[in-house]
Amino acid sequence: MAVTDYLRQRFFPHMWCPGCGHGTILNSLLRAVEELELSKNDIVMTSGIGCSARISGYVDFHSLHTLHGRALAFATGVKLSKPELTLLVPMGDGDALAIGGNHFIHAARRNIDITAIVMNNRIYGMTGGQFSPLSGPGVKATTAPYTTIDANFDVVKLAIAAGASFVARSTAYHARESTEILKKAIMHKGFSVVEILSQCPTHYGRKNKEGDAVAMLELHKTNTAKLGSKQLEENPNLVARGIFIQEERAEYCIEYGKIVEHAQRRNVK
Amino acid sequence: MTEMIRFVQGNEACVEGALYAGLEFFAGYPITPSTEIAELLSGRLPTNGGKFIQMEDEIASMCAIIGASLTGHKVMTATSGPGFSLKQEAIGYACMAEIPCVIVNVQRGGPSTGNPTHVSQGDINQARWGTHGDHSIIALTASNHQDIFAMTVDAFNLAETYRTPVVLLLDEAVGHMREKLTIPAKDELQIIDRLRTSLGKDVDYHPYLPREDGRLPMSDFGGDHRYNVTGLYHDMWGFPSANPKVVNQLLRHLVDKIENNVHAITRYKEYYLEDAHYIMVSYGSSARSAIHLAEERRKRGERIGVLELQSIWPFPTEVVREKCAAARAVVVVEMNMGQVLAQVKSAVEHPERVFLANRIDGKLIAPHDIKKLLRVIQGKGV
Ligand code: SF4
Repeated sequence: MAVTDYLRQRFFPHMWCPGCGHGTILNSLLRAVEELELSKNDIVMTSGIGCSARISGYVDFHSLHTLHGRALAFATGVKLSKPELTLLVPMGDGDALAIGGNHFIHAARRNIDITAIVMNNRIYGMTGGQFSPLSGPGVKATTAPYTTIDANFDVVKLAIAAGASFVARSTAYHARESTEILKKAIMHKGFSVVEILSQCPTHYGRKNKEGDAVAMLELHKTNTAKLGSKQLEENPNLVARGIFIQEERAEYCIEYGKIVEHAQRRNVK
Repeated sequence: MTEMIRFVQGNEACVEGALYAGLEFFAGYPITPSTEIAELLSGRLPTNGGKFIQMEDEIASMCAIIGASLTGHKVMTATSGPGFSLKQEAIGYACMAEIPCVIVNVQRGGPSTGNPTHVSQGDINQARWGTHGDHSIIALTASNHQDIFAMTVDAFNLAETYRTPVVLLLDEAVGHMREKLTIPAKDELQIIDRLRTSLGKDVDYHPYLPREDGRLPMSDFGGDHRYNVTGLYHDMWGFPSANPKVVNQLLRHLVDKIENNVHAITRYKEYYLEDAHYIMVSYGSSARSAIHLAEERRKRGERIGVLELQSIWPFPTEVVREKCAAARAVVVVEMNMGQVLAQVKSAVEHPERVFLANRIDGKLIAPHDIKKLLRVIQGKGV
């Protein structure tokens, strides 16, 4: 199947600004689905609210566009009620880690088989450029005209500490790498978190003088380095890309299946 | 299965009703006084292949049951005041996206943390207007365990019929009290399943195009029809739209599908109403005291009766007006500051003849609380 077969072309053109990183991430994701030869009927994409969340409307899967921050809570209900489905949950940074932070850590703790994709552009795009919990200090935003003083979460560390059994990071610039990581994340049996650095030229870029989309993409390249690379070793200030953790661990729906078996056996006795 | 007699708490009667109705998925969060429902279901659901999950909070519980409903399952959550407040955003989502689900609210005293272990009926209006924006909703209630069972079954039937969240308003007193429950034999009560589309694999399915009767056949997530579900105003494909025509049509549909069926949704019981000069309108545990008082006064020849409401929303305006038409006075018996009173006043022809007998102190309203007021109305003094 061609990538376009995974899109609901009826609903195009999409609503993203020119140069937005989200379209590239969608492309990486669809390629991953295509290369894994997954059936469209087996995929449920659940998203929250924000620019990133609109992704679910464009894909030709079962799609559930929910409430701000709640995508993982909805996805948990979908997955546990029908574990054979593949759950893809793209979220924005504010969506996933501010209003949705509690659901994020608890989905990770349960290690439920869902692939969470944090499309991190460090800003609230849809509402016009407010800082997010991933902006970090020293960033300009409409709600931080004098720059932010808030520290940011490290999504990777947070996800690992909370119990996710697959955690990785890539960027919109590294589209091919993202696809490869997403393929592994989707196939992983457990809660997978893939942080993909994205760019919002409209708000973040403009406010923080990072230039246009091309310049911002360039930053994804120059500010990051592969895990285990010499570059990273030499310059620890670079943001690491790659797979940080990939472990086999008890998965929630499988464990619940055992509870059902146990309860039924006891009931027969 | 033949019928079975048990001695149970009201919360357990609700659990039995839910399982009888075909509950398959429950998500919840511990909260007094509804916790027993979650505890019991954590044991019972897996025995028949169902799923139970304790979520990280009340919000997540509501979201999880919506997700599970979309895969084609009958779903429920249970909570009380503060949790009911937290669930409101997702309840609105279920209204907008038309997802069948049942929310049990075992009411306690509010506002805020309020009076967790004491009875109240203060969430009547919250059940109607707790979530933002125009919408309509169904809310049922019950005063004894047999009725809790029946109303729970009805809650599922109505949720599946109208594709809407249904709120079951219990209260701490009925929830925790123990009494006899006869579980009907299988097939004795009608069980309604959702309407599913008969469209085949490659036929274009319009998830949000109502049929002539206003109903929308569903398609389970994971099935052949892939469509979008959203809390935004949406067109017949479920795709977001701000087109004024689409918005207007959808909102009217959401309200009409319930308000136009108020007759089919209305549930009530009546006691000694035929020749009653004085009518008590009540519901939930308050109705027990009203019924008790009516029985007692009838023995003394007083012409007094009770209209017990079992569906609160959409409000059964016509039934109330009709039943109360000949009454000299109507006394609304409830444990709040007059939430149903306001509805009754606007329903009847003579609102000046409607009075409130209430308690709001966490104590169950007793027959003598009502009697005192009644004597004043009757000109007999206290
Ligand atoms: S506002 Fe920013 S995040 Fe939103 S679509 Fe535009 S560029 Fe992308």
